Formats: sequence, structure tokens, C-alpha cells
Amino acid sequence: MKSLVCLKQVPDTETQIKVKPDGTGIATDGIKYVINPYDEFSVEEALRLKEKFKAGEVQILSVGPDRATEAIRTALAMGADKGIHINDEALNQADPFVIAKALAAAAAQVEYDIIFCGHRAIDDDFGEAGAMVAELLGLPQVTLVTKVEISEDKKSAVMERDIEGGKETVEVPLPCVVTSQKGLNEPRYASLPGIMKAKKKPIDKKSAADLGINAEPKLQARNFTMPAERQAGKRYQDMEPADAAKAVVQALRNEAKVI
Amino acid sequence: MEPGDGYFGESHEILRQTVARFVEREIKPFVDEWEEAGEFPRELYRKAANIGLLGVCYPEEWSGFQSDIFHEVVVTEELTRSGSGGLAAGLMSHGIALPPILALGSKEQKERFIPPVIRGDKIAALGITEPGGGSDVANLRTRAVRHGDHYVVSGSKTMITSGARADFVTMAVRTGEPGHRGVSLLVVETDSPGFVVSSKLKKMGWCASDTAELSLDEVRVPAENLLGQEGAGFYGIMSNFQKERLHLSLMANTTAQLALEESIKYAGVREAFGRTLKGFQVTRHKLVDMATLVEVSREFTYSVAAGIHAGKDMIKQVSMAKIFSAEICDRVCHAAVQIHGGYGYMRECLVERLYRDSRILSIGGGTSEIMKEIISKLIL
Repeated sequence: MKSLVCLKQVPDTETQIKVKPDGTGIATDGIKYVINPYDEFSVEEALRLKEKFKAGEVQILSVGPDRATEAIRTALAMGADKGIHINDEALNQADPFVIAKALAAAAAQVEYDIIFCGHRAIDDDFGEAGAMVAELLGLPQVTLVTKVEISEDKKSAVMERDIEGGKETVEVPLPCVVTSQKGLNEPRYASLPGIMKAKKKPIDKKSAADLGINAEPKLQARNFTMPAERQAGKRYQDMEPADAAKAVVQALRNEAKVI
Repeated sequence: MEPGDGYFGESHEILRQTVARFVEREIKPFVDEWEEAGEFPRELYRKAANIGLLGVCYPEEWSGFQSDIFHEVVVTEELTRSGSGGLAAGLMSHGIALPPILALGSKEQKERFIPPVIRGDKIAALGITEPGGGSDVANLRTRAVRHGDHYVVSGSKTMITSGARADFVTMAVRTGEPGHRGVSLLVVETDSPGFVVSSKLKKMGWCASDTAELSLDEVRVPAENLLGQEGAGFYGIMSNFQKERLHLSLMANTTAQLALEESIKYAGVREAFGRTLKGFQVTRHKLVDMATLVEVSREFTYSVAAGIHAGKDMIKQVSMAKIFSAEICDRVCHAAVQIHGGYGYMRECLVERLYRDSRILSIGGGTSEIMKEIISKLIL
């Protein structure tokens, strides 16, 4: 079973995000980066498929600056076999469309039975790249997947996906694009022996020119701002409950203007 | 060393994430319970072993993993970040129990004793301190008398980390004349008749690790468990002091760092007289002093680790690092409790535990006074 796992390096969820004074982006000093958690589910699922079929490979594909090698290397330390790192100045500010173009162009150069993407990245929360990759490659896609069962002949798969208030089970021919959702699995740790082995695993570096892509972004970020700081709350105490309720309703209507 | 930011390269950073996550998932949710209980589940050794933590810096030949001293640094720092120094000390007690086997043991002994510990199947402890003396190794009294193919061992050991449930104890015993030339190291298996855990000791801090007093009454230990030659024990014990002191320094810096982080958080939310504690210059300056001490101590300790990594003799510097970091840790934890006020005195408050855990660091692994004696011999 050959899996291609698209992976993004994102700021750690614990990071206190600050916006640059000029509003062009977030301040990156001192930020700790990790693998996007949804992509980690993808890596784990791909590793499990390889283990289940006792054959195949797991290839990691990522677009990002130099620092993104650490995320690729972490996936290799978990057990993936090799990586492709698309590292190009021109792609650093790319929108989901340009990223998807790059991922699809790289995917077209390798063999795979299935492509995994996280259903969204926790930094910009677009949730578009996976679906676009499928479109660009002309592949079927199953989004928000929480369970993957590949048929013995590796020609199709039955998957469970999240829908509002429940699960939907779908059958899909392979190859296809899957976007991973929380609940798919519990990712393993990158073990110390895995980390040391990963040092010797190959990461293929590619530029936009190597992939022959020259895509114009469809989105332009104009300005970044922090949400307004929360104001201190107001207390209504030492009142009869009925009076307090009245006062709160009045305040919500007249002061906060939310009802 | 790998290219990277200062002392740490890519593999160190990935390992740091692994250990941090392990601590977050497997330790932090239960650590208060384990501190109360005075021990953590044995199963944790195997869990740590599964991700390679117990084999860091041990030769691959004995089930270890090729790695360098900064991988060890990362493991110690991140385990200490669990907020329980005892947990880190107990889980890594093989860090003091196995090195004498590595230094003096035969191929057979290494094969027999090291891999089961690194796999998390067996627990190893180091037994040196006796009721009558600690760092004064040359005067230890536990006797081992050779009878044919066995030694008969009688005596007692105390304050043995992981001693209450270790499967074997790398034990310093007297086989010969008085003084350090008569000291040997024997691996004593704890299921031997006559070996008794006479008391599980209650401690001020490091509560999640079990610490025991051991009593040996004519325990028969096979002669093949002798490490190296008779009389080589003193050398075997001394060979690992450098690393042990480095790790205690790292624990001190990390404990202080946690106390600082907790204090910064608290000073940002706790209000007094209409503003947060951070709004008072006296608190801000106190926090800056704490941060400066921790940073200086940590950098010095890293430079010592780099020296050991480069194969230099760092006895003087590592002894200095241990004195300095332990003292900084005491001061920073003291200030942290002060900033937390009454809450800092409560069991539910992390800095209360850090304050207690800090106290052992200028005592265990050789007191600050012993460190100063060592240094004075080197510089005076």
C-alpha cells in the first residue's frame, strides 16, 4: 500500500500568537512549530496501512520554508519512509489554491494508492487544500474521515466520515484523496530509535520551477488583527433572581446589543 | 554535534516534542495521585522504554540507542517538566545503577543486566549510602565475604532511590581491607533470601519516587555478580559521578524554570489593591531576578554538558554547576512561593511541590559541601 501524506508545519497550539505591528502577518519569533495535528492522524493512518498490508511505503509531502524539514523529519521518525520538501520563496505566502497546485504537481511525479491530507490546518483554518488537490488530480475525495478500510485487492475502500450529528459510510475507488478528521486514530510517538533512523531517510528538495508550477494566488491577505480584548464581566448580585434576570436582559439588549 | 540552534539540533527538538507529549499524556494527568501514593505504576517504565527513553546514550549492543549527551539533557529536562522531580528520579534511577555495570562489567554481565532494564522489564537501583555514611564511601560497612562460588553479604543500605521495588541493586560492599581499596561492587538480586526492604522512607520531596532502607542478612550472591575485580568498586562508583551531577543540575534548572513560569502566570492574574501583581514594580523586578538566575545557570550547565560531550574532564565545572543550580533553584522556588502567598503554601499549588523538591538537589548525589571539597582540591 503506497500512501502519500500531505503535511503542513504549523505553530504549536500552545503558542501565544501575536500580530506583527504592521499587520502583514503573525510575529514568528520564538514560535514553536509542530506537525498540523490533523496531518498527524494522516501519518499514523498511512503507517497502519503499510503495517497491515506488510508492504508499500509512506511518503511525506510538504510545502514550507527551511524549518518545515523538522516536521517532515518528525513524520519520518514516526516511521514514514521518505519525504518531498517543496521549498520555494515564491510559495511562502501562498494561498490554498497555489499550495494545492504545488502538492498536485508533486503528487503527479510519484506513485500512490491513496493521498492523505488533514481536513484543515489549525493555523489558517482554510480547509481547502485537500479538496483542491483531488480536483486538480481528477481523483475522488472523501472528507472528514474517521475510519478507513481498504479492500484486499487495494482497488477500493470503505470509509466512515463525520456528518452533522452522525456518521456516513461511503465506498470509494482507489486512488483517492482522504482528508483526516479527529477520531481517525491515536498517533504514535516518534521514538528515540525512530528519530535516529530518520536522520538517514531521504528528503527530496523541490522548487516551484522543478514542479513546473507558476500559479497566481486567488486570495490576498490584506491585514491581520487580534480579536478585541475581552472586557471585564459585570456582576449582578444581592438581588432577587427575577430582578437579576430582568437587569441582565436589559443589559444584553441596551448595552451589549446582542438581543 | 548536529547543526542547530546552539546545543540542540533537529533530532533533539523532535525528541523534546516526543518526551513533552509523553509527559502530557502519560504522566501529568496522574502525577498528583502518584505523589500522594509515594510511587508511580511499574508499567510506566515499559511505556517509557517503548519510545526509547530508557535507552538514551546506551550502546546499541545492549539494547540502547545511539544518541548524544544532549538527547539525555532533553529527556531529563522534559521529564522534570512533569512538575515531579521524584517521578524523573525514579523513572531514571537506572541512570545511576547501570553505569558501573557498563564501566566494570564483563560482556556476560552487561548482557544479563542491562537490556532488561532498558526494555522496562526490570528496575535497577544503586546502593551506596548506609545508615552510617553517604559520600564517605571509603568507610562503608556492608561486608561481603567470599565462600566458594558465592559472596555472603550482610549489612544495610539507606535512602536508595527505587530501592523498594528494584529487581537488582548495584551495591557497594566491603570485600577487603578498610579504606577505598577494600570496596567492591556486587549486583544483588532482590529476590535473594535474606534481602529485605526494611523500610519505605517518607520524604520531604521527590514523593513520587520510592526510597528505601535495605537490610541484608547473610544474603548469598553468586561470585559471578562481582563487577570487575575485587577492590575496583571505588573506581566504578566514581566513574559516573560526573553524569549524575550533570543530571541533578539539569533538574535544578528545570525545577526553577517551572517555578518561574508558574509565578509569571500567577502574577498576571492575581489582583491586589486593584491591579495585578505584575502591576507592582517589586514583583516585576523579582521575576526578572528569577529569570536571570535561571538563564545563567542553564547556560553554564549546557556548557558543562558540551564539555563532557567533547570528552573533556569536567569534574570541577560539573561540581560547580551542581552547587550553583541547586542554590538558584532554592532561591527561585522560595521567591515563587512568596509571590503565590498563602496559595503557594497549599498542597494543590505546583510551586509548593517545587519548593520541597528543590531541597534534595543540594544534598543528593553529593552535598554542596562535598562538591566544594572536590573543587577546592582542584583549584587550591
